[in-house]
Amino acid sequence: MDFLGRYDLLGAFWVTVQLTVLSACGAVVLGIVLAAMRVSPVPLMRACGAAYVNVVRNTPLTLVIIGTSLGLYQTLGLTLASDTSTEFIDTNNFRLAVLGLALYTGTFVCEAIRSGVNAVPIGQAEAARAVGLRFGQVLRIVVLPQAIRSVVAPLASVLIALTKNTTIASAIGVAEASLLMKEMLENEGDKGILVFTVVAIGFVVLTLPVGVALGWLARRVGVKR
Amino acid sequence: MTGRSVLYDVPGPRARRRNVGYTVAFGLAAAAIAWFVVSRLEDKGQLTTAMWGPFLEPSTWTGYLLPGLRTTVTAAVLAIVLALPIGAVFGVARLSDHRWIRVPAGALVELFRAVPVLVLMLFADFYYAYYTGVDSDVRPLFSVVVGLVLYNGSVLAEVFRAGITALPAGQSEASFALGLRKAQVMVSILLPQAVAVMLPAIISQLVVVVKDTALGGVILSFPDLMSNYRIVPANFQNVIPSLIVVGLIYVVLNGVLSWVASALQGWLAHRRGGGPELAAVTAATDIVAAHSDSL
Repeated sequence: MDFLGRYDLLGAFWVTVQLTVLSACGAVVLGIVLAAMRVSPVPLMRACGAAYVNVVRNTPLTLVIIGTSLGLYQTLGLTLASDTSTEFIDTNNFRLAVLGLALYTGTFVCEAIRSGVNAVPIGQAEAARAVGLRFGQVLRIVVLPQAIRSVVAPLASVLIALTKNTTIASAIGVAEASLLMKEMLENEGDKGILVFTVVAIGFVVLTLPVGVALGWLARRVGVKR
Repeated sequence: MTGRSVLYDVPGPRARRRNVGYTVAFGLAAAAIAWFVVSRLEDKGQLTTAMWGPFLEPSTWTGYLLPGLRTTVTAAVLAIVLALPIGAVFGVARLSDHRWIRVPAGALVELFRAVPVLVLMLFADFYYAYYTGVDSDVRPLFSVVVGLVLYNGSVLAEVFRAGITALPAGQSEASFALGLRKAQVMVSILLPQAVAVMLPAIISQLVVVVKDTALGGVILSFPDLMSNYRIVPANFQNVIPSLIVVGLIYVVLNGVLSWVASALQGWLAHRRGGGPELAAVTAATDIVAAHSDSL
Protein backbone atom coordinates (compact mmCIF):
# COMPACT_ATOMS: atom_id res chain seq x y z
CA MET A 1 0.00 0.00 0.00
CA ASP A 2 2.90 2.36 0.69
CA PHE A 3 3.37 3.21 -3.00
CA LEU A 4 0.09 5.12 -2.77
CA GLY A 5 1.91 7.71 -0.66
CA ARG A 6 3.96 8.68 -3.72
CA TYR A 7 0.87 9.86 -5.56
CA ASP A 8 -1.37 12.79 -4.70
CA LEU A 9 -4.61 10.81 -4.74
CA LEU A 10 -6.50 13.20 -2.50
CA GLY A 11 -5.35 16.13 -4.61
CA ALA A 12 -6.58 14.42 -7.78
CA PHE A 13 -9.98 13.69 -6.25
CA TRP A 14 -10.10 17.28 -4.99
CA VAL A 15 -9.74 18.41 -8.64
CA THR A 16 -12.61 16.04 -9.50
CA VAL A 17 -14.75 17.64 -6.80
CA GLN A 18 -13.86 21.16 -7.98
CA LEU A 19 -14.69 20.27 -11.59
CA THR A 20 -18.01 18.81 -10.44
CA VAL A 21 -19.09 21.72 -8.25
CA LEU A 22 -18.05 24.50 -10.66
CA SER A 23 -19.56 22.90 -13.75
CA ALA A 24 -22.72 22.01 -11.78
CA CYS A 25 -23.19 25.73 -11.01
CA GLY A 26 -22.70 26.64 -14.67
CA ALA A 27 -24.96 23.82 -15.83
CA VAL A 28 -27.78 24.88 -13.50
CA VAL A 29 -27.69 28.48 -14.76
CA LEU A 30 -27.60 27.36 -18.40
CA GLY A 31 -30.26 24.72 -17.73
CA ILE A 32 -32.68 27.24 -16.21
CA VAL A 33 -32.22 29.61 -19.17
CA LEU A 34 -32.72 26.77 -21.67
CA ALA A 35 -35.76 25.42 -19.80
CA ALA A 36 -37.31 28.91 -19.68
CA MET A 37 -36.78 29.13 -23.45
CA ARG A 38 -38.27 25.70 -24.06
CA VAL A 39 -41.50 26.36 -22.13
CA SER A 40 -41.91 29.96 -23.29
CA PRO A 41 -44.89 31.04 -25.44
CA VAL A 42 -42.51 32.34 -28.14
CA PRO A 43 -42.03 29.75 -30.93
CA LEU A 44 -38.60 31.10 -31.96
CA MET A 45 -37.26 30.72 -28.40
CA ARG A 46 -38.69 27.21 -28.14
CA ALA A 47 -37.08 26.25 -31.45
CA CYS A 48 -33.66 27.64 -30.47
CA GLY A 49 -33.78 25.95 -27.06
CA ALA A 50 -34.82 22.63 -28.58
CA ALA A 51 -32.13 22.86 -31.26
CA TYR A 52 -29.36 23.52 -28.71
CA VAL A 53 -30.52 20.69 -26.43
CA ASN A 54 -30.90 18.13 -29.21
CA VAL A 55 -27.58 18.94 -30.85
CA VAL A 56 -25.46 19.12 -27.70
CA ARG A 57 -26.81 16.10 -25.89
CA ASN A 58 -26.39 13.89 -28.93
CA THR A 59 -22.74 14.92 -29.20
CA PRO A 60 -20.22 12.89 -27.21
CA LEU A 61 -18.93 14.84 -24.20
CA THR A 62 -15.44 13.84 -25.30
CA LEU A 63 -15.95 15.82 -28.52
CA VAL A 64 -17.30 18.82 -26.58
CA ILE A 65 -14.31 18.88 -24.23
CA ILE A 66 -11.77 18.35 -27.02
CA GLY A 67 -13.62 21.06 -28.95
CA THR A 68 -13.13 23.60 -26.16
CA SER A 69 -9.40 22.95 -26.24
CA LEU A 70 -8.66 22.41 -29.96
CA GLY A 71 -11.39 24.69 -31.27
CA LEU A 72 -12.05 27.49 -28.79
CA TYR A 73 -8.56 27.83 -27.35
CA GLN A 74 -6.02 26.68 -29.94
CA THR A 75 -7.85 27.85 -33.08
CA LEU A 76 -10.07 30.73 -32.00
CA GLY A 77 -7.72 31.96 -29.30
CA LEU A 78 -10.17 31.99 -26.39
CA THR A 79 -8.23 32.04 -23.12
CA LEU A 80 -9.85 31.72 -19.72
CA ALA A 81 -6.78 32.49 -17.61
CA SER A 82 -4.19 35.23 -17.62
CA ASP A 83 -1.41 34.05 -19.93
CA THR A 84 1.32 35.70 -17.91
CA SER A 85 0.63 33.31 -15.03
CA THR A 86 3.09 30.45 -14.55
CA GLU A 87 0.24 27.95 -14.29
CA PHE A 88 -1.46 29.26 -17.42
CA ILE A 89 -1.81 25.91 -19.23
CA ASP A 90 -3.21 24.05 -16.21
CA THR A 91 -5.64 26.80 -15.20
CA ASN A 92 -6.78 27.36 -18.77
CA ASN A 93 -7.38 23.64 -19.40
CA PHE A 94 -9.25 23.33 -16.11
CA ARG A 95 -11.53 26.24 -16.96
CA LEU A 96 -12.05 25.02 -20.53
CA ALA A 97 -13.08 21.64 -19.09
CA VAL A 98 -15.52 23.35 -16.72
CA LEU A 99 -16.94 25.29 -19.68
CA GLY A 100 -17.36 22.11 -21.75
CA LEU A 101 -18.92 20.16 -18.87
CA ALA A 102 -21.35 23.01 -18.13
CA LEU A 103 -22.36 23.45 -21.78
CA TYR A 104 -23.04 19.70 -22.03
CA THR A 105 -24.66 19.10 -18.63
CA GLY A 106 -26.88 22.19 -19.00
CA THR A 107 -28.94 20.32 -21.60
CA PHE A 108 -29.71 17.54 -19.12
CA VAL A 109 -30.55 20.06 -16.38
CA CYS A 110 -32.90 21.77 -18.88
CA GLU A 111 -34.67 18.51 -19.69
CA ALA A 112 -35.03 17.67 -15.98
CA ILE A 113 -36.56 21.07 -15.21
CA ARG A 114 -38.83 20.93 -18.24
CA SER A 115 -40.11 17.50 -17.28
CA GLY A 116 -40.77 18.85 -13.79
CA VAL A 117 -42.86 21.74 -15.15
CA ASN A 118 -44.71 19.40 -17.51
CA ALA A 119 -45.42 16.99 -14.63
CA VAL A 120 -47.65 19.59 -12.96
CA PRO A 121 -51.23 18.72 -13.98
CA ILE A 122 -52.80 21.32 -16.27
CA GLY A 123 -55.80 21.56 -13.92
CA GLN A 124 -53.56 23.09 -11.24
CA ALA A 125 -52.68 26.11 -13.37
CA GLU A 126 -56.18 26.34 -14.81
CA ALA A 127 -57.67 26.42 -11.32
CA ALA A 128 -55.12 29.04 -10.29
CA ARG A 129 -56.03 31.24 -13.26
CA ALA A 130 -59.73 30.66 -12.58
CA VAL A 131 -59.40 32.15 -9.08
CA GLY A 132 -57.80 35.20 -10.68
CA LEU A 133 -54.05 34.75 -10.15
CA ARG A 134 -51.81 36.51 -12.64
CA PHE A 135 -49.05 34.76 -14.64
CA GLY A 136 -46.33 35.57 -12.10
CA GLN A 137 -48.54 34.43 -9.22
CA VAL A 138 -49.51 31.19 -10.97
CA LEU A 139 -45.84 30.47 -11.51
CA ARG A 140 -44.68 31.47 -8.02
CA ILE A 141 -47.49 30.08 -5.87
CA VAL A 142 -48.79 27.06 -7.79
CA VAL A 143 -46.58 25.71 -10.59
CA LEU A 144 -42.97 26.21 -9.46
CA PRO A 145 -43.33 24.82 -5.91
CA GLN A 146 -44.70 21.57 -7.37
CA ALA A 147 -42.24 21.51 -10.26
CA ILE A 148 -39.19 22.01 -8.01
CA ARG A 149 -40.26 19.09 -5.83
CA SER A 150 -40.45 16.66 -8.71
CA VAL A 151 -37.15 17.89 -10.16
CA VAL A 152 -34.99 16.78 -7.22
CA ALA A 153 -34.70 13.12 -8.26
CA PRO A 154 -33.74 13.71 -11.92
CA LEU A 155 -31.32 16.51 -10.94
CA ALA A 156 -29.67 14.13 -8.46
CA SER A 157 -28.92 11.64 -11.22
CA VAL A 158 -27.61 14.47 -13.42
CA LEU A 159 -25.24 15.50 -10.62
CA ILE A 160 -23.99 11.93 -10.14
CA ALA A 161 -23.49 11.52 -13.88
CA LEU A 162 -21.60 14.83 -13.92
CA THR A 163 -19.28 13.61 -11.18
CA LYS A 164 -18.38 10.59 -13.30
CA ASN A 165 -18.19 12.68 -16.49
CA THR A 166 -15.47 14.90 -15.02
CA THR A 167 -13.05 12.02 -15.79
CA ILE A 168 -13.32 13.06 -19.46
CA ALA A 169 -11.48 16.28 -18.59
CA SER A 170 -8.38 14.07 -18.62
CA ALA A 171 -8.69 14.14 -22.43
CA ILE A 172 -7.33 17.71 -22.35
CA GLY A 173 -4.87 16.98 -19.57
CA VAL A 174 -6.71 18.14 -16.46
CA ALA A 175 -5.02 16.31 -13.58
CA GLU A 176 -8.10 14.68 -12.05
CA ALA A 177 -8.57 11.19 -10.64
CA SER A 178 -8.64 9.17 -13.88
CA LEU A 179 -5.50 10.84 -15.27
CA LEU A 180 -3.68 9.95 -12.06
CA MET A 181 -5.04 6.40 -12.33
CA LYS A 182 -3.65 6.15 -15.87
CA GLU A 183 -0.25 7.32 -14.66
CA MET A 184 -0.31 4.90 -11.72
CA LEU A 185 -1.26 1.98 -13.98
CA GLU A 186 1.67 2.79 -16.24
CA ASN A 187 4.17 3.03 -13.36
CA GLU A 188 2.91 0.36 -10.95
CA GLY A 189 1.92 -2.46 -13.27
CA ASP A 190 2.00 -5.18 -10.62
CA LYS A 191 -0.38 -3.26 -8.36
CA GLY A 192 -2.97 -2.44 -11.01
CA ILE A 193 -5.87 -4.18 -9.32
CA LEU A 194 -5.18 -2.26 -6.11
CA VAL A 195 -5.01 1.02 -8.06
CA PHE A 196 -8.37 0.29 -9.70
CA THR A 197 -9.93 -0.65 -6.36
CA VAL A 198 -8.74 2.57 -4.71
CA VAL A 199 -9.97 4.80 -7.55
CA ALA A 200 -13.29 2.91 -7.75
CA ILE A 201 -13.80 3.33 -4.00
CA GLY A 202 -13.02 7.03 -4.41
CA PHE A 203 -15.83 7.42 -6.92
CA VAL A 204 -18.24 5.34 -4.83
CA VAL A 205 -17.45 7.60 -1.86
CA LEU A 206 -18.14 10.68 -4.00
CA THR A 207 -21.37 9.50 -5.63
CA LEU A 208 -23.06 7.17 -3.13
CA PRO A 209 -23.71 9.62 -0.25
CA VAL A 210 -24.95 12.27 -2.72
CA GLY A 211 -27.29 9.71 -4.28
CA VAL A 212 -28.61 8.50 -0.92
CA ALA A 213 -29.08 12.01 0.49
CA LEU A 214 -30.79 13.42 -2.58
CA GLY A 215 -32.89 10.26 -2.97
CA TRP A 216 -34.12 10.77 0.60
CA LEU A 217 -34.83 14.43 -0.13
CA ALA A 218 -36.67 13.55 -3.36
CA ARG A 219 -38.92 11.10 -1.52
CA ARG A 220 -39.49 13.58 1.29
CA VAL A 221 -40.46 16.58 -0.82
CA GLY A 222 -41.93 14.64 -3.77
CA VAL A 223 -45.59 15.15 -4.63
CA LYS A 224 -47.52 11.88 -4.63
CA ARG A 225 -49.80 11.66 -7.65
CA MET B 1 -44.40 21.84 -28.21
CA THR B 2 -47.89 21.20 -29.43
CA GLY B 3 -50.98 21.18 -27.27
CA ARG B 4 -51.50 23.18 -24.14
CA SER B 5 -48.90 24.22 -21.64
CA VAL B 6 -49.33 24.32 -17.89
CA LEU B 7 -48.03 27.83 -17.82
CA TYR B 8 -50.39 29.85 -19.97
CA ASP B 9 -53.72 29.87 -21.81
CA VAL B 10 -54.11 30.07 -25.55
CA PRO B 11 -52.85 33.63 -26.22
CA GLY B 12 -55.39 36.35 -26.89
CA PRO B 13 -54.81 39.42 -29.10
CA ARG B 14 -52.76 41.32 -26.52
CA ALA B 15 -50.60 38.31 -25.65
CA ARG B 16 -50.04 37.64 -29.35
CA ARG B 17 -48.81 41.21 -29.87
CA ARG B 18 -46.52 40.85 -26.87
CA ASN B 19 -45.19 37.56 -28.21
CA VAL B 20 -44.36 39.22 -31.52
CA GLY B 21 -42.35 41.75 -29.54
CA TYR B 22 -40.49 38.98 -27.68
CA THR B 23 -39.85 37.16 -30.95
CA VAL B 24 -38.31 40.27 -32.52
CA ALA B 25 -36.17 41.01 -29.44
CA PHE B 26 -34.98 37.41 -29.13
CA GLY B 27 -34.44 37.12 -32.88
CA LEU B 28 -32.22 40.22 -32.84
CA ALA B 29 -30.23 38.89 -29.88
CA ALA B 30 -29.80 35.47 -31.54
CA ALA B 31 -28.79 37.12 -34.82
CA ALA B 32 -26.22 39.25 -32.98
CA ILE B 33 -24.69 36.15 -31.37
CA ALA B 34 -24.68 34.30 -34.70
CA TRP B 35 -23.05 37.28 -36.41
CA PHE B 36 -20.38 37.46 -33.69
CA VAL B 37 -19.59 33.73 -34.04
CA VAL B 38 -19.48 33.84 -37.83
CA SER B 39 -17.30 36.94 -37.95
CA ARG B 40 -14.95 35.39 -35.41
CA LEU B 41 -14.69 32.24 -37.56
CA GLU B 42 -14.17 34.42 -40.64
CA ASP B 43 -11.35 36.32 -38.90
CA LYS B 44 -9.58 33.06 -38.15
CA GLY B 45 -10.06 31.96 -41.76
CA GLN B 46 -12.25 28.98 -40.87
CA LEU B 47 -14.96 29.60 -43.48
CA THR B 48 -12.88 29.35 -46.67
CA THR B 49 -13.26 26.70 -49.37
CA ALA B 50 -9.84 25.31 -48.45
CA MET B 51 -11.22 24.56 -44.98
CA TRP B 52 -14.49 22.94 -46.03
CA GLY B 53 -13.41 21.51 -49.38
CA PRO B 54 -11.87 18.32 -47.96
CA PHE B 55 -15.34 17.21 -46.89
CA LEU B 56 -16.50 17.23 -50.51
CA GLU B 57 -13.71 14.79 -51.45
CA PRO B 58 -14.92 11.18 -51.37
CA SER B 59 -11.48 10.09 -50.10
CA THR B 60 -11.99 11.98 -46.82
CA TRP B 61 -15.11 9.94 -46.17
CA THR B 62 -13.96 6.54 -47.44
CA GLY B 63 -10.47 6.96 -46.02
CA TYR B 64 -11.11 8.19 -42.46
CA LEU B 65 -14.65 9.05 -41.48
CA LEU B 66 -16.66 6.04 -42.64
CA PRO B 67 -14.20 3.40 -41.36
CA GLY B 68 -14.19 5.29 -38.04
CA LEU B 69 -17.97 5.35 -37.99
CA ARG B 70 -18.03 1.62 -38.71
CA THR B 71 -15.68 0.95 -35.79
CA THR B 72 -17.82 3.12 -33.51
CA VAL B 73 -21.01 1.29 -34.49
CA THR B 74 -19.33 -2.13 -34.22
CA ALA B 75 -18.11 -1.42 -30.70
CA ALA B 76 -21.48 0.02 -29.64
CA VAL B 77 -23.51 -2.91 -31.00
CA LEU B 78 -21.07 -5.45 -29.60
CA ALA B 79 -21.23 -3.79 -26.20
CA ILE B 80 -25.02 -3.64 -26.02
CA VAL B 81 -25.41 -7.24 -27.27
CA LEU B 82 -22.97 -8.53 -24.65
CA ALA B 83 -24.47 -6.35 -21.93
CA LEU B 84 -28.02 -7.63 -22.50
CA PRO B 85 -27.64 -11.17 -21.07
CA ILE B 86 -25.52 -9.82 -18.21
CA GLY B 87 -28.18 -7.23 -17.47
CA ALA B 88 -30.91 -9.88 -17.60
CA VAL B 89 -29.06 -12.18 -15.18
CA PHE B 90 -28.28 -9.42 -12.69
CA GLY B 91 -31.72 -7.82 -13.01
CA VAL B 92 -33.37 -11.13 -12.19
CA ALA B 93 -30.80 -11.87 -9.46
CA ARG B 94 -31.69 -8.61 -7.72
CA LEU B 95 -35.31 -9.80 -7.60
CA SER B 96 -34.38 -13.18 -6.16
CA ASP B 97 -36.08 -14.49 -3.04
CA HIS B 98 -32.70 -15.56 -1.70
CA ARG B 99 -30.84 -12.94 0.24
CA TRP B 100 -27.43 -14.43 -0.63
CA ILE B 101 -28.12 -13.89 -4.34
CA ARG B 102 -29.98 -10.59 -4.10
CA VAL B 103 -27.48 -8.69 -1.95
CA PRO B 104 -24.22 -9.45 -3.81
CA ALA B 105 -25.92 -8.88 -7.17
CA GLY B 106 -27.21 -5.53 -5.93
CA ALA B 107 -23.79 -4.54 -4.60
CA LEU B 108 -22.07 -5.38 -7.92
CA VAL B 109 -24.65 -3.47 -9.94
CA GLU B 110 -24.36 -0.41 -7.70
CA LEU B 111 -20.55 -0.54 -7.80
CA PHE B 112 -20.30 -0.63 -11.59
CA ARG B 113 -22.90 2.12 -11.91
CA ALA B 114 -20.90 4.35 -9.58
CA VAL B 115 -17.55 3.96 -11.36
CA PRO B 116 -16.94 6.14 -14.47
CA VAL B 117 -16.77 4.24 -17.77
CA LEU B 118 -13.36 5.75 -18.46
CA VAL B 119 -11.97 4.20 -15.27
CA LEU B 120 -13.44 0.82 -16.29
CA MET B 121 -11.89 1.14 -19.77
CA LEU B 122 -8.48 2.09 -18.36
CA PHE B 123 -8.57 -0.86 -16.01
CA ALA B 124 -9.64 -3.27 -18.78
CA ASP B 125 -6.81 -1.98 -20.96
CA PHE B 126 -4.29 -2.47 -18.16
CA TYR B 127 -5.67 -5.94 -17.40
CA TYR B 128 -5.40 -7.11 -21.02
CA ALA B 129 -1.91 -5.66 -21.37
CA TYR B 130 -0.57 -7.06 -18.13
CA TYR B 131 -2.29 -10.40 -17.60
CA THR B 132 -3.26 -11.66 -21.05
CA GLY B 133 -1.63 -12.09 -24.42
CA VAL B 134 -4.29 -10.19 -26.33
CA ASP B 135 -2.78 -8.76 -29.50
CA SER B 136 -2.12 -5.04 -29.16
CA ASP B 137 -4.04 -4.41 -32.41
CA VAL B 138 -7.34 -5.56 -30.93
CA ARG B 139 -6.63 -4.56 -27.33
CA PRO B 140 -8.29 -1.12 -27.62
CA LEU B 141 -11.46 -2.76 -29.00
CA PHE B 142 -11.44 -5.33 -26.18
CA SER B 143 -10.89 -2.66 -23.53
CA VAL B 144 -13.55 -0.30 -24.88
CA VAL B 145 -16.12 -3.08 -25.21
CA VAL B 146 -15.37 -4.56 -21.77
CA GLY B 147 -15.60 -1.13 -20.11
CA LEU B 148 -18.90 -0.47 -21.86
CA VAL B 149 -20.29 -3.94 -21.05
CA LEU B 150 -19.49 -3.63 -17.34
CA TYR B 151 -21.19 -0.26 -17.09
CA ASN B 152 -24.14 -0.90 -19.40
CA GLY B 153 -24.70 -4.38 -18.00
CA SER B 154 -25.40 -2.76 -14.64
CA VAL B 155 -27.64 -0.10 -16.19
CA LEU B 156 -29.56 -2.73 -18.15
CA ALA B 157 -29.90 -4.79 -14.96
CA GLU B 158 -31.81 -1.86 -13.49
CA VAL B 159 -33.88 -1.60 -16.67
CA PHE B 160 -34.77 -5.30 -16.53
CA ARG B 161 -35.65 -5.01 -12.85
CA ALA B 162 -37.87 -1.99 -13.46
CA GLY B 163 -39.50 -3.65 -16.46
CA ILE B 164 -40.28 -6.82 -14.52
CA THR B 165 -41.57 -5.10 -11.36
CA ALA B 166 -43.76 -2.76 -13.43
CA LEU B 167 -45.62 -5.68 -15.08
CA PRO B 168 -49.11 -6.11 -13.61
CA ALA B 169 -49.12 -8.41 -10.58
CA GLY B 170 -51.91 -10.41 -12.23
CA GLN B 171 -49.38 -11.82 -14.69
CA SER B 172 -47.38 -13.73 -12.08
CA GLU B 173 -50.43 -14.45 -9.90
CA ALA B 174 -52.21 -16.10 -12.84
CA SER B 175 -49.08 -18.12 -13.68
CA PHE B 176 -48.67 -19.32 -10.10
CA ALA B 177 -52.37 -20.23 -10.07
CA LEU B 178 -51.76 -22.40 -13.13
CA GLY B 179 -49.10 -24.25 -11.17
CA LEU B 180 -45.96 -22.84 -12.81
CA ARG B 181 -42.83 -22.80 -10.70
CA LYS B 182 -40.92 -19.60 -9.75
CA ALA B 183 -38.29 -20.08 -12.46
CA GLN B 184 -40.92 -20.92 -15.06
CA VAL B 185 -42.91 -17.79 -14.25
CA MET B 186 -39.77 -15.68 -14.65
CA VAL B 187 -38.50 -17.33 -17.86
CA SER B 188 -41.75 -17.96 -19.73
CA ILE B 189 -44.06 -15.21 -18.47
CA LEU B 190 -42.26 -12.19 -17.05
CA LEU B 191 -38.96 -11.96 -18.98
CA PRO B 192 -40.49 -12.12 -22.50
CA GLN B 193 -42.90 -9.32 -21.63
CA ALA B 194 -40.17 -7.31 -19.94
CA VAL B 195 -37.94 -7.60 -23.02
CA ALA B 196 -40.69 -6.24 -25.28
CA VAL B 197 -41.26 -3.41 -22.81
CA MET B 198 -37.55 -2.64 -22.72
CA LEU B 199 -36.91 -2.39 -26.46
CA PRO B 200 -37.18 1.43 -26.59
CA ALA B 201 -35.06 1.69 -23.45
CA ILE B 202 -32.36 -0.52 -24.96
CA ILE B 203 -32.23 1.60 -28.11
CA SER B 204 -31.95 4.81 -26.07
CA GLN B 205 -29.13 3.19 -24.14
CA LEU B 206 -27.41 2.60 -27.47
CA VAL B 207 -27.14 6.40 -27.81
CA VAL B 208 -25.21 6.53 -24.53
CA VAL B 209 -22.97 3.69 -25.71
CA VAL B 210 -22.21 5.40 -29.03
CA LYS B 211 -21.19 8.55 -27.17
CA ASP B 212 -19.07 6.54 -24.74
CA THR B 213 -17.05 4.83 -27.47
CA ALA B 214 -15.59 8.28 -28.26
CA LEU B 215 -13.72 8.05 -24.95
CA GLY B 216 -11.79 5.04 -26.17
CA GLY B 217 -10.93 6.98 -29.32
CA VAL B 218 -9.18 9.71 -27.37
CA ILE B 219 -7.72 7.89 -24.38
CA LEU B 220 -6.97 4.38 -25.67
CA SER B 221 -6.29 5.23 -29.35
CA PHE B 222 -9.22 3.08 -30.38
CA PRO B 223 -9.63 3.74 -34.15
CA ASP B 224 -13.22 4.95 -33.94
CA LEU B 225 -14.82 8.05 -35.49
CA MET B 226 -13.51 10.28 -32.70
CA SER B 227 -9.92 9.20 -33.24
CA ASN B 228 -10.02 8.80 -37.05
CA TYR B 229 -11.43 12.23 -37.77
CA ARG B 230 -8.27 13.82 -36.39
CA ILE B 231 -6.39 12.80 -39.53
CA VAL B 232 -8.46 15.36 -41.47
CA PRO B 233 -7.35 18.49 -39.53
CA ALA B 234 -3.85 17.04 -39.38
CA ASN B 235 -3.77 17.16 -43.20
CA PHE B 236 -5.78 20.29 -43.93
CA GLN B 237 -5.47 22.41 -40.73
CA ASN B 238 -9.27 22.75 -40.68
CA VAL B 239 -9.91 22.18 -36.97
CA ILE B 240 -13.27 23.90 -36.64
CA PRO B 241 -14.89 22.50 -39.82
CA SER B 242 -13.71 18.99 -38.84
CA LEU B 243 -15.12 19.31 -35.33
CA ILE B 244 -18.44 20.52 -36.75
CA VAL B 245 -18.68 17.75 -39.35
CA VAL B 246 -17.76 14.94 -36.97
CA GLY B 247 -20.15 16.37 -34.37
CA LEU B 248 -22.94 16.39 -36.94
CA ILE B 249 -22.27 12.74 -37.80
CA TYR B 250 -22.75 11.83 -34.14
CA VAL B 251 -25.83 14.06 -33.85
CA VAL B 252 -27.47 12.47 -36.90
CA LEU B 253 -26.65 8.91 -35.80
CA ASN B 254 -27.89 9.48 -32.24
CA GLY B 255 -30.86 11.52 -33.42
CA VAL B 256 -32.02 8.62 -35.59
CA LEU B 257 -31.57 6.18 -32.70
CA SER B 258 -33.53 8.43 -30.30
CA TRP B 259 -36.27 8.88 -32.86
CA VAL B 260 -36.57 5.10 -33.40
CA ALA B 261 -36.71 4.61 -29.62
CA SER B 262 -39.49 7.11 -29.08
CA ALA B 263 -41.46 5.89 -32.10
CA LEU B 264 -41.18 2.34 -30.78
CA GLN B 265 -42.22 3.49 -27.33
CA GLY B 266 -45.29 5.22 -28.73
CA TRP B 267 -46.20 2.14 -30.74
CA LEU B 268 -45.77 -0.21 -27.77
CA ALA B 269 -47.74 2.08 -25.49
CA HIS B 270 -50.68 2.42 -27.83
CA ARG B 271 -51.05 -0.97 -29.41
CA ARG B 272 -53.99 -2.88 -28.06
CA GLY B 273 -54.45 -6.44 -26.98
CA GLY B 274 -51.74 -8.67 -25.60
CA GLY B 275 -49.21 -5.83 -25.56
CA PRO B 276 -47.10 -4.99 -22.55
CA GLU B 277 -48.76 -2.55 -20.24
CA LEU B 278 -48.20 1.16 -20.60
CA ALA B 279 -46.93 1.50 -17.04
CA ALA B 280 -44.20 -1.07 -17.64
CA VAL B 281 -43.09 0.62 -20.87
CA THR B 282 -42.76 3.98 -19.16
CA ALA B 283 -41.04 2.51 -16.09
CA ALA B 284 -38.33 0.89 -18.21
CA THR B 285 -37.80 4.03 -20.29
CA ASP B 286 -37.67 6.19 -17.18
CA ILE B 287 -34.75 4.19 -15.84
CA VAL B 288 -32.82 4.81 -19.02
CA ALA B 289 -33.89 8.45 -19.06
CA ALA B 290 -32.41 8.74 -15.60
CA HIS B 291 -29.13 7.30 -16.88
CA SER B 292 -29.07 8.74 -20.36
CA ASP B 293 -27.30 11.76 -18.95
CA SER B 294 -24.53 9.46 -17.88
CA LEU B 295 -22.29 10.58 -20.70
